[in-house]
Amino acid sequence: MLQKRIIVCLDVRDGKTTKGIKFKGNVDIGDPVEMAKRYYEDGVDELVFYDITASAEHRSVMIDVVAEVAKQIFVPFCVGGGIGTLEQMRRVLLAGAEKISINSQAVKNPAIIDEGAAAFGNQCIVLGMDVLADAAMPSGYRVVINGGRTPTELDALAWAMEGVERGAGEIVLNSIDADGTTSGYDCTVTRLISEAVSVPVVASGGAGTPEHIAEVFEKGAADAALVASMVHYGHYSVPEIKRDLARRGIAVRMDGIDD
Amino acid sequence: MVGVVDYEAGNLKSVETALLALDARIVISGKPETLLQCDRLLFPGVGDGAAAMAVLRRRGLDQAISEFVARGRPVLGICLGSQIVLDRSEENGAVCLSLVAGSARRFAAGLGQKIPHMGWNQVEPVRDHYLFSGIPTGASFYFVHSYYPDPEDESCRLAVTDYGIHFTSAISRENLAAVQFHPEKSGPYGLRMLRNFLQHRG
Repeated sequence: MLQKRIIVCLDVRDGKTTKGIKFKGNVDIGDPVEMAKRYYEDGVDELVFYDITASAEHRSVMIDVVAEVAKQIFVPFCVGGGIGTLEQMRRVLLAGAEKISINSQAVKNPAIIDEGAAAFGNQCIVLGMDVLADAAMPSGYRVVINGGRTPTELDALAWAMEGVERGAGEIVLNSIDADGTTSGYDCTVTRLISEAVSVPVVASGGAGTPEHIAEVFEKGAADAALVASMVHYGHYSVPEIKRDLARRGIAVRMDGIDD
Repeated sequence: MVGVVDYEAGNLKSVETALLALDARIVISGKPETLLQCDRLLFPGVGDGAAAMAVLRRRGLDQAISEFVARGRPVLGICLGSQIVLDRSEENGAVCLSLVAGSARRFAAGLGQKIPHMGWNQVEPVRDHYLFSGIPTGASFYFVHSYYPDPEDESCRLAVTDYGIHFTSAISRENLAAVQFHPEKSGPYGLRMLRNFLQHRG
């Protein structure tokens, strides 16, 4: 049967991996290519790189990182951060990524989802969504853009459904309330969106223990779980997480871990 | 020399980097005469079956692939490459290469499974084949697809995978083999499969 994916997320700024809490206070934690290689050897199912480079002149550094990762890592990986044109998508795909994540740029110009899906296929286009709990919204969650700084008028559920309608092949759903807290995913919004759309939903934000991941697969109906802090800081390794999930009866890829 | 067929179907970069990591000598080409000089042929691809077939015919690649298969040298199709070798596809009614009798079918909606089938799933070979040498039964490979090959002849079924239904995830007939998943993105076992293809003596 289809296995639940463990995806490691690396935030990359000016060619270095960084990590913050609730999108703030980022500190450098290592070389993204070396880190990606270690996670690959550990049996990670997929990787996501978010380019949070502040200045436009350092953007090309990210393309070099992508090209280097592609040469050494033979699992799928996705690249996001500041991508808003077909030309930028093409550069990232030609450097070796399988998927492009678009987030703020898709809110500002939704047609880029349609255009990207038509040019490269639905499977290439991932809609990244940052959401905040907000009782004023119909689904109870509001879409926020620009790295969590700018609230929009979009309802999270409505936007997810529109994104898939336009051609997004996957959704990465990040709860800003939970991000970097290591106190668990928001299973409520994950289930709400996963059950409403036909494409896979990747839960993001808040993972601190394997139990949190099990919860978001079982209670949140997530197809994949994004992890960052809990593996970057050495609290858990990818094999430890997968062994724990397998013991709980969750289908995960164990090749290379226990054989 | 491995000929990689360029028929404008998706991004060939991943296949190229995986083959280069295995020290393969490769030529990526959309020209029949170039590809026919190679000693083995790989045709990867993602995207629309009907659009891919139109490009193959326009470039004369449909005949080149058929001729290559007829010469008995090793041939491997990946993803869309496992569908276009059949007679036809349900995707936009595409008429395909008829190298293996059967159709590419779409996963039925309403089985409670998401479409596309995306992620890692286990592949169970149903008989011995050089592609699976050194790879355990039930090893996981990475899939991204909405259609799957459905060969008419049971002897052309090489492996099956469970996604609500047991669908055919690899097919083979004589020197032709084709897999629905992406070995180039399937970690060490995926690389092992590509190495098996590169080293097969035909």
